[in-house]
Amino acid sequence: MKDLSVDKVGMIYELPKGGSVHALHDVSFDLEAGRLLTLLGPSGCGKTTLLNILAGFLAPTSGSVSLGGDPIDGPGQERGMVFQQGALFEWQSVAQNVAFGPRMNRRKKSETKVLVEELLGTVGLQGFGDKAIYELSGGMQQRVALARCLANDPEVMLMDEPLGALDALTREKMQGLVLKLWQETGKSIVLVTHSVEEALYLGDKLFVMAPRPGRIERVYELPFAEVGLHVDPRELKASPEFIEKREELLSLIWEMEEQIMGHEGAVL
Amino acid sequence: MSIDDVDMGEVHTDDVDMEGATAPTVAARSGPGALFRRRRGASARKTVTFGDASEVSGSPPWSVTSLVTLMAVWYLIKMGEEPIVNDRTFPSQRQTLDAFIEFWSDGYRRVSLWDHTYASLNRVLKGLIYGVIVGVPVGFAMGLSNRLRGFFDPIVELLRPVPPLALLPLFIVWFGIGESAKVNLLFFAAVWIMVIAARAGVLGVKGSKVHAAYSLGANKWQILRYVILPNALPDIFTGIRVALGVCWGTLVAAELTGTTTGLGATIFAASKFFRMDIVVVAIIIIGVIGVTMDLIMRLLEARLIPWRGKG
Repeated sequence: MKDLSVDKVGMIYELPKGGSVHALHDVSFDLEAGRLLTLLGPSGCGKTTLLNILAGFLAPTSGSVSLGGDPIDGPGQERGMVFQQGALFEWQSVAQNVAFGPRMNRRKKSETKVLVEELLGTVGLQGFGDKAIYELSGGMQQRVALARCLANDPEVMLMDEPLGALDALTREKMQGLVLKLWQETGKSIVLVTHSVEEALYLGDKLFVMAPRPGRIERVYELPFAEVGLHVDPRELKASPEFIEKREELLSLIWEMEEQIMGHEGAVL
Repeated sequence: MSIDDVDMGEVHTDDVDMEGATAPTVAARSGPGALFRRRRGASARKTVTFGDASEVSGSPPWSVTSLVTLMAVWYLIKMGEEPIVNDRTFPSQRQTLDAFIEFWSDGYRRVSLWDHTYASLNRVLKGLIYGVIVGVPVGFAMGLSNRLRGFFDPIVELLRPVPPLALLPLFIVWFGIGESAKVNLLFFAAVWIMVIAARAGVLGVKGSKVHAAYSLGANKWQILRYVILPNALPDIFTGIRVALGVCWGTLVAAELTGTTTGLGATIFAASKFFRMDIVVVAIIIIGVIGVTMDLIMRLLEARLIPWRGKG
């Protein structure tokens, strides 16, 4: 297993009409293999930019990122992606979607078939292989996205608000699935989210990011993900420790939002 | 006829009564529309339907009504000893039917109906297929590369608005008066539509789909083959349907010179001899073939791209 290393990464977007946006400033951290890192922050804090740099879709304007010592300079299958929604291939069946990675790598069809069945079982979709993507609910589609990502056995799973479009109940169930996959596979996960509760519940490490320029404002080491699977999630989320952290984070982010909005926003 | 009419009326009255018994508010609300269309399920309980796209899917009885009305108007303007519209302007239904039978059994200008139809169909399909073969790759290139977009843009934008008929003199000089001039003219009518459809299909691909495929280990060729092409298929299909219609519309121009076969040539020749009955028969045949081909395309679409609009 490989560690993820981010070294003094900066990102400045030049705007077409002149001027620039400082999306990331001097971001550095190391993520040991097998950690689940959640990125939380108000919009414009650069969390998605950071994820895209880790995925290799964006090259930072300064600094460098590497996985297990190998520099990241483009997309690669050792870093799997899970997007919010609509990134599945609707022209393929569920099984074909999951088999996409192995197929691109020209793996043996018989082996892939076994793997796909196994992964569909892992994400709770056994028997759904022949269904069309558009026949599935939003939550089931995200299960397919997780299975598709796992099919290439990546070192790190990068998730860009994977549960953002789901209703509250489905979302809670899917959070359990993410934790289960994390503990069963031992893979590193970096997950971007808007939800304070989700960031706290899933992250065994949590970065609160701040905007202008985008940076890591605070780092938390959290106990909840470790125990999340073995206790009732509702009970855990109602525990005093969880609530205390949640309120702390909410007021922190609320403060940032007010700063962004300026005086007018504060009056509102 | 009159007995049939009465029967139909009774059936519809029964329907309204049944509806009234089970769901009085619906019958009251749907008013005269209930004669032809009963709303079912959740739809029946909607209080507002105006502006609701899911409520508008057409109504076969109204389509039949429209055809019947068309035939009735046609009958009325040709009624009596001195009809409103004389025979030199428009034939009667009887004359049209006779012309069709004559066309069917003897052909027109020593060419059978089937050969005329085959010649036209052949030209339209060839023009369309060449249009697809050239247009789709060009459209893809324009959607994938800045340089090729820049290169093809002026060509496409300058030539797209030119009516094919305007190019007929040039095409005759270049390709002669044989088949190739006609097919090329139809190709010219189809190709820009296919370029624009394919380009729209490529540009419509979601960035996250392409990114996901790269992260799953796909190379550029695989992205093109397994992501961009299937993603563009619905747009390409729409393009083919539009191009097919435009090709039929260009047919008369294409068959204006140098041929005695084809439905377009038939229309042109018959009009010179004031054979309006033959003109109308040819028009109806083109219309029916056009509708049939569009229906076939829709069936193919449902078969080949069932995911359309569900991404």
